[in-house]
Amino acid sequence: MHRIRPLDHLILILGCLFMLAPVAVAIMTSTHSAADIHVNGLSLAPGGHAIETYATVLSKRGGFTGEVTGATMAMNSLILGLGFAIGKIALSMLAAYALVYFRFRFATAMFWVIFTTLLLPLEVRIMPSYQVMSDLRLLNSYTGLILPLLASATGTFYFRQFFKSVPDELLEAARIDGAGPVKFFFDILLPLSKTMMAAIFIIMFVYGWNQYLWPMLMTTEERFFTLMRGIKQILQVWVGSQIPDYNQAFALAVLALLPPVIVVVVFQRWFIKGLTESDK
Amino acid sequence: MASITLTNVSKTYPGAPAPSVCDINLTIADGEFIVLVGPSGCGKSTLLRMVAGLEEISCGEVRIADRVVNRVDPADRDIAMVFQNYALYPHMTVRENMAYGLKNRKTPKAEIEARVAEAARMLELGPYLDRRPRALSGGQRQRVAMGRAVVRQPAAFLFDEPLSNLDAKLRVSMRGEIRRLQRRLGTTSLYVTHDQLEAMTLADRLVVLNAGRIEQVGTPLEIYHHPASTFVASFIGAPAMNLLDGRADSGWLQVGVHRLARQDQLGSGPVTIGLRAEDLTPAAEGLAFKTDFVEELGAQRLVHGHVDGQLLVVAMDPAMPISAELRLGVAPDRVHVFATDTGKRIETAPAISRPAVVTA
Repeated sequence: MHRIRPLDHLILILGCLFMLAPVAVAIMTSTHSAADIHVNGLSLAPGGHAIETYATVLSKRGGFTGEVTGATMAMNSLILGLGFAIGKIALSMLAAYALVYFRFRFATAMFWVIFTTLLLPLEVRIMPSYQVMSDLRLLNSYTGLILPLLASATGTFYFRQFFKSVPDELLEAARIDGAGPVKFFFDILLPLSKTMMAAIFIIMFVYGWNQYLWPMLMTTEERFFTLMRGIKQILQVWVGSQIPDYNQAFALAVLALLPPVIVVVVFQRWFIKGLTESDK
Repeated sequence: MASITLTNVSKTYPGAPAPSVCDINLTIADGEFIVLVGPSGCGKSTLLRMVAGLEEISCGEVRIADRVVNRVDPADRDIAMVFQNYALYPHMTVRENMAYGLKNRKTPKAEIEARVAEAARMLELGPYLDRRPRALSGGQRQRVAMGRAVVRQPAAFLFDEPLSNLDAKLRVSMRGEIRRLQRRLGTTSLYVTHDQLEAMTLADRLVVLNAGRIEQVGTPLEIYHHPASTFVASFIGAPAMNLLDGRADSGWLQVGVHRLARQDQLGSGPVTIGLRAEDLTPAAEGLAFKTDFVEELGAQRLVHGHVDGQLLVVAMDPAMPISAELRLGVAPDRVHVFATDTGKRIETAPAISRPAVVTA
């Protein structure tokens, strides 16, 4: 059954190289000086400026106000990523709990309405969302950044499917054991959903971390800048004879890569479990 | 400890044309072990779940310990339930599983511990207390599910086909354990099964259900020897009772041309005649039986064949020689007569009282 097939491996290895090469190039290039890159282009050999570049990126105050450092931006991205992930999990779990376990009229209809919004990307409702946030005076705030995007059809859908796969007898046993709706949720359902939560956490964290358009609209103050905007910012200094800080842009990109990688590595075992088996 | 009384209990699911459970009246005495038995879809689980409070009661009244519980939450009915798939909380250890119900009832910690320890000792679960259900075998999980019921010290145990997920051998031993446990605790029990053997061996009294109605209530032997209808006759006992189309004619019960027994009370007309496989014995004259095939069971053999084109099973001693054609006789008091149209039993001779084994 499990013969080693050279061709399969070749394809896999090529695939890996294809995926990894750009990352390797980014890392290697970020260790050269900006002038070097400007002259020689991208490189695959390490240069000698790694430490200073990364130190600069993290601590140099930039932007118009001279207030933003790489660290602030990373922090903002992190707040956005975590806020998205945790908020979406909490909200979609509760929504799915209501949809699955409470009998109310139009529950199915409601679910399908939620489900249809899966088809609509953020961009479709970006103007009304902006309007609402603006009216609520939530522009330039973390709340404004995170809140409007919290409702998650994907999350609700996944949790609904998961809750449906939990045997009814478990609910009945819990009812006989004297657990009310709240207790059942926290004592039984929540622990059972761990793998599912891990899966959603990864997806949503990366989604939040990578947000670009929404933060750009919502925030004008530089202290809310995220890493994604920072990278762009660095390359926007092409004035006069200045050479853009390519090295810094690459360094920032590499830094931006790390947290999602860490999240995936930490949660991956749960992640796979969550998406493939219903853990019972 | 408590009695359970069902009065005119019915259940109609919304949108269903006919009730799934219809007009059930049943009194379960304190400490009694009642088994609800019937084919799938006969409403036995629905009935149990109505007692548990997991299913709303459409009409009628359920009393547990003289308290009407129709509108009482399952948790407050003072019952414990054992489910077919055990319904153990997968993320909790055996100990936590058993303690969960008590914890929710704010039982003092020391008492929870004592009760869990006692239940674990009784069910030989001691070594597994800190394991998750996943790491247990089917039989052990079943015992944990029972432990969860036992620690609660409820007024009644409700069992919903608790053994049907186990293999045959384990089922027999668990059956014994359930019976022993129930005897020891003396807790009123309501047990649902579709397995007539399980029903016979466990019950103080059996309730045979068919299509949402009670067909017969009685001790296992009463039901075995005096089935109230052809349904009960064919459902209880293995092999099932032979039911033959016969007729009552001028004082005789007949199958085809063979006279089985004298019968003066009945007029003339078609009847259904029930014969237990083990009541039939080879005789000098009687039913002409043509052998088709033989099932060897070891202690006895089941000979399948037909009489007058009607299928018939006879239980015989393995030592007895079998020929292609046999003559079968039956003691007159072992002939059951049922009305052909309604399937109801027709009491013929004055009901023969049989010394029923008294269940202690």
